[in-house]
Parts: sequence; C-alpha cells; structure tokens
Amino acid sequence: MARDYILHKVRTALGRSAGQAPEEVPPARIAIPEIDFESRVRTFFSRIEELAGKTYRAESPEDARDYVARVTGGRSAVASNAPILAECGITGLAGVRYGFHGEPELREACSTAEFGITGADYALADTGSLVMLSSADEARMVSLLPPVHIAIVGKVRLLTGLDELFTVLPDPASQTSSMVVITGPSRTADIEQFLIRGVHGPGEIHVVLI
Amino acid sequence: MGRRVSLFVTCIVDELYPNVGVAMADVLERLGYEIDFPPAQTCCGQPAFNSGYRDEARTVARHFLNVFRDAECIVVPSGSCTSMITHHFQELFEKEPEWLELTRKVETRIWEFTKFLIEVAKVEDVGARLERVATFHDSCHALRTLGIKEGPRRLLSKVRGLELRELDPPEECCGFGGTFSVKMPEISGAMGRTKVDAIVRTGADLVIGLDASCLMQIQGSLSRAGHSISTMHIAEVLASR
Amino acid sequence: MPAFPLVQIEETLSNDYLQNAVYTSTGRLIVKRKDLVSGAVLPEYQELRDQANRIKRHTIENLDYYLEQLESKVVERGGKVLWCRDGGEVVDFLVKLAAEKNTNLIVKSKSMVTEEFGMNERLAQHGLEPVETDLGEFIIQLAHEKPYHIVLPALHMTRYQVADLFTEKLGVEREEVIEKQTKIARAVLRQKFLHAGIGITGANFLVAESGAAVMATNEGNGRFTSTAPKVHVVIAGIEKLVPRAKDLATFLKLLARSATGQPLTVYTSFLSGPRRPNEIDGPEEFYLVLLDNGRTKLLADREKRQSLYCIRCGSCLNHCPVYRKIGGHNYPWVYSGPIGSIITPQYQGVMQSPWLPFASSLCGACAEVCPVKIEIPKLLLLLRSEVNKAKEKEHKNWLEHLIFRGWAWLMRHPKLFELGGMMGSAVLTAPESGGLIRNVLPFFRVGPLKAWIKERDLPPLPEKSFRQLWRERERTEKH
Repeated sequence: MARDYILHKVRTALGRSAGQAPEEVPPARIAIPEIDFESRVRTFFSRIEELAGKTYRAESPEDARDYVARVTGGRSAVASNAPILAECGITGLAGVRYGFHGEPELREACSTAEFGITGADYALADTGSLVMLSSADEARMVSLLPPVHIAIVGKVRLLTGLDELFTVLPDPASQTSSMVVITGPSRTADIEQFLIRGVHGPGEIHVVLI
Repeated sequence: MGRRVSLFVTCIVDELYPNVGVAMADVLERLGYEIDFPPAQTCCGQPAFNSGYRDEARTVARHFLNVFRDAECIVVPSGSCTSMITHHFQELFEKEPEWLELTRKVETRIWEFTKFLIEVAKVEDVGARLERVATFHDSCHALRTLGIKEGPRRLLSKVRGLELRELDPPEECCGFGGTFSVKMPEISGAMGRTKVDAIVRTGADLVIGLDASCLMQIQGSLSRAGHSISTMHIAEVLASR
Repeated sequence: MPAFPLVQIEETLSNDYLQNAVYTSTGRLIVKRKDLVSGAVLPEYQELRDQANRIKRHTIENLDYYLEQLESKVVERGGKVLWCRDGGEVVDFLVKLAAEKNTNLIVKSKSMVTEEFGMNERLAQHGLEPVETDLGEFIIQLAHEKPYHIVLPALHMTRYQVADLFTEKLGVEREEVIEKQTKIARAVLRQKFLHAGIGITGANFLVAESGAAVMATNEGNGRFTSTAPKVHVVIAGIEKLVPRAKDLATFLKLLARSATGQPLTVYTSFLSGPRRPNEIDGPEEFYLVLLDNGRTKLLADREKRQSLYCIRCGSCLNHCPVYRKIGGHNYPWVYSGPIGSIITPQYQGVMQSPWLPFASSLCGACAEVCPVKIEIPKLLLLLRSEVNKAKEKEHKNWLEHLIFRGWAWLMRHPKLFELGGMMGSAVLTAPESGGLIRNVLPFFRVGPLKAWIKERDLPPLPEKSFRQLWRERERTEKH
C-alpha cells in the first residue's frame, strides 16, 4: 500500500518503470595516500592529542599493561573480550572485570565502572579515529558507558583514513550490525557554543598503540 | 582583439553615477582604446529577473542583445550586470534558439571592467595616483559568479599613494541585493550596518568597489550612521591622477 | 496568505544579545570550515563536492531502484522496513509498536525529519513519552520551542535561560555553570536511555548496498539510543540514500567539515539491522521507516529536485547574511536559512509564505559552500517567478507587475528613458525648484523610496546623466 504508493510516485516523478535498471553508477572516489608507517603514527597521535585524547606507544604487551595500570590505578574497569587484552595481561590487572557474554551483566558492570577497556578493529591515522565493530569480542557499550575509554590498538590495524577503511571493508554490514568510527572524546557545544567533553559518551580517551 | 571597445555603462551609472562611466572611458582611452557608446542602451534586465518577472526581463534582454549584437568587445563597470548577461541570459532564452545563439556570441565578448584590464588589456598599472587609506568591498556577483578577487587588488596595488586594508570578515554581502533593498529594507539595512562596522574597523576613510549598486548601499549606510567615510568606484580610482 | 513577519523580524534585529549570539556562533563555524577545506588541509575539496553532487544526482535520478535495494538488504540483515506516506502513518506505527512492546518511554536522537510533522507532540498525545537526548534538542523540547538552527538547535539560548529551564522543568537546584548543566542532562538522560523500550534515531545517510543507516553525532546519544533500548527505529526521508558504503568516503569528508568545522564528528555509526547472533549487545529489533512526506512532490520537479541532495549540514545557514540577521525562528518551517527558503515553498506551496524566496540578496555564499552543490540562488529565482505567477492567479500582484511591464517598455525606448531621467533629475536638482523639492519629494516617499530612506541616505542626484555627458564629450572632441 504505502510502499507501492510511494514507489509509484517516485517512478512517475522520474519517468522510470518498475524493474527498470538504473543508469550506470559513477565510480566511487577512493584515493588512498602512500604514507609510511612512522608518519602514520605521528599523524594519528597528533590528531588524537588535538582532540584532548591521550596517546601511548607501547614497546611490548607488558608495557601496554603497565600503562593501563597507571591510568586505572586499580579502580573499577570493564574489559571487552578482545583477545589483545588478555594477550597483554590487561585482564589480569586489579579492578578489571572481564569475560562478559551476557548483556544484563555487562550493562550492570559498565554502568558502574570508571574505565572501559577495548581493542580496536582498525584505526584511522588522518583523523585520529578508532574503528570498532560490534562482535562477540567487542560489545558496543564498553566504549560507551564508562566515563573513560582505553583502547589497545595493534599497529597493523592503523590505516591511512576512510578511503582505505572502505577499501579493506567495502561493506561493514556483511560483518557486523554496528561499526562505529570514534574520533576523540564525546563533546557538545550546544549551550552558548561552550565546549564540554563527556556528554553521554566517554569524556576521556586513551589510545595505546602496540 | 582590436582596439575598439563598446561601453555598457549600466542604467544605475547612467542615471546616478555618471562619473563612473566617464572615469572608465578615460582609463580606456588612455590605454589607447577607441571607445563607442551605443546610445540605444538602457538596462540588462536584472531588476525584473530578480523580482521574478522573466517575460519582462526577456524583453529588456532582447533590447540589450540588439543594441550590442555587433559589438566586438563590451566593457561594463559592474559585476552584477555582467553576470546577469553571462550567466542568466542563457536561462532566459533556453527555449529561443536564435536569441540563445546571440547570447552565446555576446557572452564571450563582454567583460567586467577590472577583468578587462587584467585579462584583455593585460595591464595592472594604469598610471593612477590617489593618496588615501582605503578598503575594498568584494561585490557578491563579481566574487562568486565571475571569480573576481585578485584582479582589482592587483590594479589597486599600482595606484600611487593608495594604502589598501582588507575587510575582516571578508566577502560579506553589503545587503543591497537589488529590489531586496526596498522589499525588505529592515534586513537590508541591518546587513548594511554590519558592513559599516567592518569598514570602520579598518580605519580606512574610503571604500572602493566595482559595483555602483553596492556603493550606493554602502555610502547610504555610512552617512546614515554619521561617518564621513566616502566611497569611490574602482574606475574613478584608476582614473585619478 | 501569511504575511511577512515584520514585527518579529524587527524584534530579532533589535535584540542585541541574539544578534551577537547568532553572528558570533555562525562566524566561528565559518572560520573553522574555511580552515578545514583550505588548499593546505583538503586540496581535494572541490573534487569531493563534484563527486558528492554526482552521486546524489545519480541516486535521486534512480531512486526507486535504490529504495528497493535498500529494503531488501535491511531485511536480509534481520531488520524490517516500513514505508510511510506522511507523519500520520509514522505516528500510527510508533503508537502500535509501543503498545506491542508494552513501553511508553522512548528516547530519541536528533532527527530533523521528525520535526517536520511534530512527532513528539503527537506521540505525547497518545500517552507516550518521547525524550530528546541531543543536548540542544533536549533543551528546546523542555522549552517547547522550534530548533533555531539545523545543527545547533539551542543557539539562541543563554546559560541563564537553560538554568531557569532546568530548575522549572527538572526540579533541580539552579545551576548556571555550563559544565554542570551538561552533567545534569547527562544524569537525567542516562536513566532514560537505560529504561526506554524504544530508541528512535534519524540517519544522515542510508546505504542501499549495505542496508545500513549512518549517523554522525558528537555527544554519544545517537550511540546510546541505538544500543541500549531493545528496539531501534530509524526514521529517514527517502532522499537520504547513497548507493555504496564506499561513497561515504566522499560524504563523510564533507559533512562534518561543513557542519561543525570538524574533520569527522566524534561518532560515525554504521548500523544495519538488529544485533547479530554472536553479538553481546545492541537492539533485538530494527525498523527502518522510509518517509515520503512530500518528497515525491519535490522529486517531480526536474529543475528543483536537486533540493533533495541536501545532507543537512547547515553550512548554508552559517554563511547566509540574512539568516545571520533574522535567525532560525523567523522562518516559517523547521528548516531555516537558504535550504529552508527553497524547500519550504516546495513542500507547502509557494503561497504559504510567498515572501520567503525574496528574503535573500542573492549573494551566493550558500551555493559556494554547499557540499553537494545545490544551486540555491538559481532555485530562489525560479521560486520568485512561481510566486508571481501564483499571485497573478489570485489577482494579487497586478500593480507590481504593471510597474515592471511599464519599466520593461521604457527600457526598450532609450529616448523616453532618457527623457524620464532628465525630467526627474531636473525637478529634483534645480536650485529654483527648492520649494518644488520640498513639496514633491515627500510625494515620492512612498514604496521603494520610503523603504530606502528608512534605513539609509539617498545618493546625491547628478546634474547630467552619463549619456548627456557623453554627447557633450563627443561634441567637444569633434571641435
């Protein structure tokens, strides 16, 4: 009914008929710059810092774990199921709860935790972004509810930018119901254009590159 | 291109700012051009077009095309009138192939004054002298439709004794907008006052522009606000010795 | 025929706080955008605009195909698609859904399309509680106001007004510090997020090939709204489609730069369907509501259908000298600024607000910054003609039209044009006619002359016209 009505109106407006093939779609514009890894890291870190995020380059899994320990100071944290977190020994740190597979328990833990610790599927150097795909390893809310988000990013995942992202992942929907590109801490300037961080999402983020 | 140019002075210059036309003629003659002024000229039709009266705009546009059909090169002391002809006549005559053809021919032969100097006459120094502290107003049509930004500044940089200061913020509309200025005078006036504030901030005592309509709005707003800052069309500046 | 809101506009123009707030905020956004699209930072900016225009043109011109592709992909991913002709059908659907899910608390992330049909008020009438979660929208919802700007809904409000509002409507202790006000909103809204049965979001883009909705937000409320409640409903206009995920590489680079002066918003979500079997959290049900609400009307106009390319960045508002003076509340509909001026007459009919297409100096700043290259001034001019024709039908415009007919006639008769000019000039400048001037000029202080004089001084009248001077010059040269 409504569907047919709307489609009919669309076709009439355009002078097209049902089942008519579309015109050839113009090619997408994808331009992946050639940037060496070190430059990528430098840009990645600068962008994050410009957004008041914190960055850390870990020499080893233990180094990453120690950084996280310094940040959390043993206070309550929730870790996602990203394998990299166990590999670094982060799940073993004081105050870190992990291994959640059910939503209600995870929600309860995230509601009270001060820190949410995750991995990242990809990172984008030119905007200082993290790319997180929802999966059994990564629940959505770990990087959303707690006021501080710590992400451990494996360096192979550092891409140049969106063009490269949509080249390695041309259809995110084939992998996940939710892909989020996170660029800095949550913010608003809705009242008198005054910048505030940490509105609904985390107000502080740490990115550890390993 | 030959050394003959035809002047299209525009109706506002003809009736309200004739010295602009005279100045433009002087500058061109000094550069060695032979000028003619087709006396049957009146207007480009923009007022009717902008007010939503396309038939009337066409009437006037046809008259323009007839007057200038054989001109080799037409020079205009206005960005908005030039852009009316180069960008909107096509729309008006979409369905009239003969007029469309004439439009296309005239389009390639018509030049806003500063653009003519830079790109056709290929001069920047016309030997002018004017010892003033001035600022330059970028008229919207010249800026956005005709891409005129650097040209006038290069010409003004060669005017002896002239100090040019930039408006901040740049590129803001003066509020004229043709019949908008009298259909919505309150908004137009408010825009004019914002322009006045920016002008005053530069410390200049002269505003230079390339469209007499903008200058009319700006001068009217300046004097209403009690300032003794004056305005000059760039043709008048370039003709000054 | 609603008249030009002169009184309200004059009030806005004389409200110094508002003038300053709007001018300064938009000024800041202008500068930020300029830096981010400059040659040094984004050399490919113009190419991206061309590409965005090309993709939108193609998608709109083949919209039926992409709508069907989108629908089948959403269904493939476990979601459901609803087609709604108008807001009434959306409201009916939501009321039924809320009853089914036995919930009346709904959280909502910013969606201009839902403002088109006053969704919140209508849901409230059915006993539902839709809560806006975007801070600016939350504030104006409490204040029962229209958004002031497409991207910054509470642009016009001061922290003191927000303090008053929170005290009155939320029952909290008065708080004037903005950071603390934000914390209050955060706490209130978090409870809503966690208890709402339905989350409603808009979408910046709908990706046909993926069956996905894309949202660009900054606060995190979009993520919350589409994650915490068991049911997620996306409501979007049918024009929001793009063909492929790859096309987002173009659009996302333009959107935030143009809208808020950021390279990307904090969160860019790509959502398709309910949670997958292996996922731990996320909605269990996903609905995509495809809304027409008049878009097919715009689609039918070949010249003006480019209005549907709009990605709602708000850049045209920021750069419009008229918007920057009169602000968002003086526009008749929920969309203000240049885009509002071209789509409102198309959705509502030109005679609803016939003054709207004329509220522009045609400066072209909007077209210069539009990321999808909509030719806004061109469309304004087309609409002006349409207004006149519509007025003719109602015999409302005959005097103005007559004047222009006369004017056009005069312009074809240069000798008469000159004569008219000479006469007027003689009368008004001749020293002997001092008394005549004093008597005559007031007579002319009607219409355009009066309007001009209201705001600025008249130019001095020259003694001779250019053509007279030219004739004299020629005579002199001959001798």
